[in-house]
Amino acid sequence: MDDKKKKTKISSGRRAFLKSGFLAGSAAALTGIGLNALADDDNHTSDKVKVMTSDGKVVEVDSGTVEKAHSCGMKNPTRKEVREGIPGRKFVMVVDLARCRNALKCQESCNKNHYITGHNAWLKVYNMKESQDTAPYWMPMMCQHCDEPACVTVCPVDATFKRRDGIVLIDNEQCIGCRFCMAACPYSARVFNWNEPDQKELVGKDIEYSPEHAGAPSVKGTVDKCDFCPHMIRMGELPHCVSSCPNDVFLFGDAYEDTVTNGSGKSYQLSKLLKDKSGYRYMDGLGTQPSVFYLPPVDRSDKFEDGLDDYNEFQSVTKP
Amino acid sequence: MTKYEELVSELAPRKFNKIGVVWTIGLVVVVIIGVIAYIDQIIKGQIVTNMRDYVLWGVYISNFVFFVAISFVGSLTAAILRLTNKTWRTPLVRIAEIIAFSAIIMAGITIVLDMGRPDRLLNLFLYARLQSPITWDVIIISTYIAISALILYFPLLPDLAILKKHFKSNAFLSKWYGILSLKWSGSSMQWALQKKSIKTVALLIIPVALILQTVDAWLFSTTYRIGWDSTNLGPYFIAGAMVVGVGSLIAVMFVLRKAYSLEKYITKLHFDKLGQLLVFTCLVYLYFNINEYLLPAFTAPKAEEIHLQELFTGHYAPMFWFVTIGGLIIPILILIFPKGRKPLPLFIVAILVVVTSWWKRYLIVVPALLHPFLPIQGVPESWHHYFPSLHEWAIISGTLAMALLIITILIRYLPIIPIHRTAKEMGILPNGKSKES
Repeated sequence: MDDKKKKTKISSGRRAFLKSGFLAGSAAALTGIGLNALADDDNHTSDKVKVMTSDGKVVEVDSGTVEKAHSCGMKNPTRKEVREGIPGRKFVMVVDLARCRNALKCQESCNKNHYITGHNAWLKVYNMKESQDTAPYWMPMMCQHCDEPACVTVCPVDATFKRRDGIVLIDNEQCIGCRFCMAACPYSARVFNWNEPDQKELVGKDIEYSPEHAGAPSVKGTVDKCDFCPHMIRMGELPHCVSSCPNDVFLFGDAYEDTVTNGSGKSYQLSKLLKDKSGYRYMDGLGTQPSVFYLPPVDRSDKFEDGLDDYNEFQSVTKP
Repeated sequence: MTKYEELVSELAPRKFNKIGVVWTIGLVVVVIIGVIAYIDQIIKGQIVTNMRDYVLWGVYISNFVFFVAISFVGSLTAAILRLTNKTWRTPLVRIAEIIAFSAIIMAGITIVLDMGRPDRLLNLFLYARLQSPITWDVIIISTYIAISALILYFPLLPDLAILKKHFKSNAFLSKWYGILSLKWSGSSMQWALQKKSIKTVALLIIPVALILQTVDAWLFSTTYRIGWDSTNLGPYFIAGAMVVGVGSLIAVMFVLRKAYSLEKYITKLHFDKLGQLLVFTCLVYLYFNINEYLLPAFTAPKAEEIHLQELFTGHYAPMFWFVTIGGLIIPILILIFPKGRKPLPLFIVAILVVVTSWWKRYLIVVPALLHPFLPIQGVPESWHHYFPSLHEWAIISGTLAMALLIITILIRYLPIIPIHRTAKEMGILPNGKSKES
């Protein structure tokens, strides 16, 4: 417990007062105030704010005891800021397999907003079946934003990098296209621009390239993948897959705040959610330490077969 | 004409005969086709290959590994035989060094062909990250190129001085031999310096060559991929490199012996010795193959089992058994008998070894990519398989032809068999030329 709390950057001495605190409310997890530090006693003010404790209760505390987390709303981060990530955050995703029925709205939205024109989507919903005798289920899979990313280790030119907020990005202006990262990734999360991407929607638009918005534009001869949508996070919004899912399969949030929020805006306490629903990470045994957690496909709301209508083994990007 | 003069005129580089000219033009044509295909690849992107997101490395990488493996022959024969002072090596070492030099140059070029952004080649130095096996490869390949060049060049110095005199009538050639011979006069100081230099590079090239092969293996074994993620891969690659290195040396040696009528210098003894070396390296390689393929079959987890099945009985079985039987079993069975080590049968075995070695690399690279941890879904059906496209074949043929062309050009202008050393061993050096200790 102690270790966990330290990770949340709450100064330890004041835990007696409030074990750890988090702002209640949905968007707050992303845009608002995280408790960076609880101030000393002499820092009392009369303003009160509502925060959520680690056991999920909402309590009122002195606003002087909390400090605003770093604003994500930076419009044009510098190259250094893009490399460093958003300070004081650790982004995580939870995917609730019990709710997924392969509606593919996540993929559709991801493809659209990242202008994906190739043949291999960055977010795919796999038709999974562990063995012949076990039940099949739908499994959305994207870059796992590993804390020990195999792709980053093998990159010879520092083109793919791990940020302090947990996100793994690609600098398409530095990538030499050796594809070693693709060979190294055990999750098959990376795709290559084999030819000049035919991104018609981007024609005429004046977009300045940033690794924070992968696919805008994609660069021939370089690697692409899910970027956890830092361009949305910066605006205080959820990644496209999370907000577009009709079944609230995806939850996105901050491990330091111990909060994740689904597309409907409902927030959950991450540690409790993972504990209650036996959350796990895919192929955790490899030691890559993914930032994506899965909740097992138990007590499913829909039948697996319902998803088969939308399933296409040979297509993940719809062609006009 | 003295015996010495006769020897020099026999061993000095000669103009191509008709076959030589046709051969060279043929190679140039293949190289040009490869260059055109590569330019097309640059323009259109690597979409012209049959590599896709799953089989993300194909024949370029396997061909690269093949070249790296062949380059091992330079250190194996040249350095080891030199250091162990085996005198029968004399007519072989230069051929081995030429093959190694040409192969490692082509390995360096081939890896660039696989890059999606060759225009950003400099990033490898500007943004180099030391923990990437590719950075290790960049360092070790450039080192090996330098050392291979030196181990070819240093022993050439006395011969270049001889050729300067020999080609007196051709001012241009004579001038260049003179420049390259670095004012070699054969003084005892020069001999001492040369001896020391050769010994240094011969010592250096052995660890560098071992590291080169191992780093090459680590490009694969540092990933999680089933079929690559193996601690056996380093020594396995070294053993494989010894086999293809000796094989290519025998093949080139046989052709040169025929083309330049060198039967007097490259004798049956040399073929017999190299045949013994080849059967020995094949046995070592067989041992590592057993470690690599047979042992995992006992405790293979599901995923590994699928991979092995694909090789043993599945889609890749014909190729797997072709390279295993043709590249290991048959060579061993033929070469353990002295009759099998006669020039012609040995040459045929060597060709078989080189060809199977090329496909062996293909089998190391491609099948492992077709069995990722997650099932292959959501991509076109054609992405589930791989076979090189026309562009890839054209480019690969271009690199192979270029390697042969480099060898051909070097042979055209350098003495294949060391003149000075041969003369010395035959005891026919003219006076004042044998100051070497």
